[in-house]
Amino acid sequence: MIFRLALASLAARALTVGMTILAIALSVALFLGVEKIRTGAKASFSDTISGTDLIVGARSGSVQLLLYSVFRIGNATNNVTWESYQDIAARPDVDWIVPISLGDSHRQFRVMGTTAAFFEHYKYRQGRSLEAAEGLVMDDLFDAVIGADVAATLSYNVGDPIVVAHGIASFTEHDDQPFRISGILEKTGTPVDRTVVVSLEAIEAIHVDWQSGRQASGQSTSVEAIRAMELTPNAITAALIGVESPLQTFALQRAINEYTQEPLLAILPGVALQDLWGIVGIAETALLAVSMMVIVTALIGMMATIFSSLSERRREMAILRAMGASPRLIVGLLVFEAVLMSAMGALLGLAFLYIGLIVAQPIIDSAFGLWLPIEAPTQREIWVILAVIGASAIVSLIPAIRAYKTSISDGMMVKT
Amino acid sequence: MRSKWSATPPYSTCGIYIEVTQPILNISGVQFHWPGRTGFSLSVPEFSIEAGETVLLLGESGSGKSTLLSLICGTIRPDTGTIHISETEISALTRGARDRFRAEQIGVIFQQFNLLPFGTVLDNILLPLQFAPERRKRAGNIRAQAKDLCKNLGLPSAIVAVKSNALSVGQQQRVAVARALIGQPPLIIADEPTSALDADNQAAFLDLLFQQTLANNSSLLMVSHDPRLSERFDRVIRMDDIAHIDRATI
Repeated sequence: MIFRLALASLAARALTVGMTILAIALSVALFLGVEKIRTGAKASFSDTISGTDLIVGARSGSVQLLLYSVFRIGNATNNVTWESYQDIAARPDVDWIVPISLGDSHRQFRVMGTTAAFFEHYKYRQGRSLEAAEGLVMDDLFDAVIGADVAATLSYNVGDPIVVAHGIASFTEHDDQPFRISGILEKTGTPVDRTVVVSLEAIEAIHVDWQSGRQASGQSTSVEAIRAMELTPNAITAALIGVESPLQTFALQRAINEYTQEPLLAILPGVALQDLWGIVGIAETALLAVSMMVIVTALIGMMATIFSSLSERRREMAILRAMGASPRLIVGLLVFEAVLMSAMGALLGLAFLYIGLIVAQPIIDSAFGLWLPIEAPTQREIWVILAVIGASAIVSLIPAIRAYKTSISDGMMVKT
Repeated sequence: MRSKWSATPPYSTCGIYIEVTQPILNISGVQFHWPGRTGFSLSVPEFSIEAGETVLLLGESGSGKSTLLSLICGTIRPDTGTIHISETEISALTRGARDRFRAEQIGVIFQQFNLLPFGTVLDNILLPLQFAPERRKRAGNIRAQAKDLCKNLGLPSAIVAVKSNALSVGQQQRVAVARALIGQPPLIIADEPTSALDADNQAAFLDLLFQQTLANNSSLLMVSHDPRLSERFDRVIRMDDIAHIDRATI
């Protein structure tokens, strides 16, 4: 009955109690939302590349290699010679190998030369393959396949001509070799969305008349002549490798790192992603800290509400005391109230989170390529909720102890 | 009229039957000062109420009535002296035991705002029984008891399901009487219970209070500043006669 009366007392103060619950709910929803985005971003991040066992490039740092080969951020300091590439490709433990040649750009987007095997072996988000939203993957020498963001930003359609510039952010465009868009890829949420993919031979083709970064004067090879050429590249930027058996990954990595003809570096994408996330992760910690402060603020707000309710509830306390309730019960009631409010707030916050996820999931996915899974609360989230409830009990002790003292000094004789 | 020696049913405290001749309340050599509050101290050399007796304690506000009631109810403890209720020396009990004792043995009626506004009438009437298992046992069928008490106090028995804040002040005071009487506590303490009522309601309320207290074989200690109520009581005592207040300013 005391329990029921405590509920009735809360219900009688529905407005302030409701506001307090709402504040806690919003703070919990914010915290869990940030947590979701954080883990989602982390997952998306590590989902950028999957199914690739090793990435090979010229010797530099593992994060740097990952950044330029997968995220198209920064530039390679050096190339991998075609001979080394072929050496590695010929090894028996290599199941497949996809060469990547970077260095050209179209508008603000990077151009990547590769082979058809890229579309077969490049996987993202737990093994999903690249799919063409429109058109086909490249077929002809001058075919280009563009990512979803490229198409959306530049309003390109299949069949449109496209001009590739040499170097990045360069004004000297290879306007003598127009490419044609053969396909547009579906949105993946990976850097592929912001990439123009052409064949490795095409990269060579556009550089036929170029020497040392500028067009050789007076020379212009016709498209037909280029088509007739043997367009084997001298070097590539990096290569993605799949091994025959995962057990061979480390042996192959060591072999490549110890390759004597050329200083090479082989990295495990997962490990490099972890390293990179360690750098990026500082921002997420800050975000988490801020949303934690919001929860603390909501709890302090609740404490203020309980405090201000004490004076108007002096009579209630006095009646309970007169009927034989101990001051300890008064403390218990206030703590119970706080726990109930925060528990309701936390559950409501959880509901807000799921409603928000259901509404925002497709929007966030298409806008940012960030996939936020809707799943049962993780153990971590349950701990967060329990921590909020526990903290509310602790915080409520402050007004409860005050009420304890007043109920002893007031006794049952409150003159109203 | 009512006899002071009317047969009182034996109340069991710790398994001891109390003799009817025992005073229900005895205060002896009590001194009290409010901790931290400057100057106010109260001394009550001797004050008793016999079992079944009705006593009116007259005093102006500031005469120490509230402090005296708090001492009797055991929410505060005297610095020196003893307070016995029934045969129990409550001034020697721990705070928790005093709270429990109050719930078991004393029915309290305030001036006004007696009820928890968010609870039903039934919730309010049964509230003291939550803290007093023996009194609950004495009450038997507590719901039926509550309804009977309401009926006897001139309230419709359907009122038990009504939320207390929907009641008039007069009805609230009657519910407070029902709450004080349920489970037949031997001592009823009423702190100016009629001051919020108009004259007609006052008379009707007192009739009912006396009638039910008598039916319950309880003793009644009522505090008031209104001497016009005197004739109804077995005994009238002025606060000044039994207590001495010291307001020494430091």
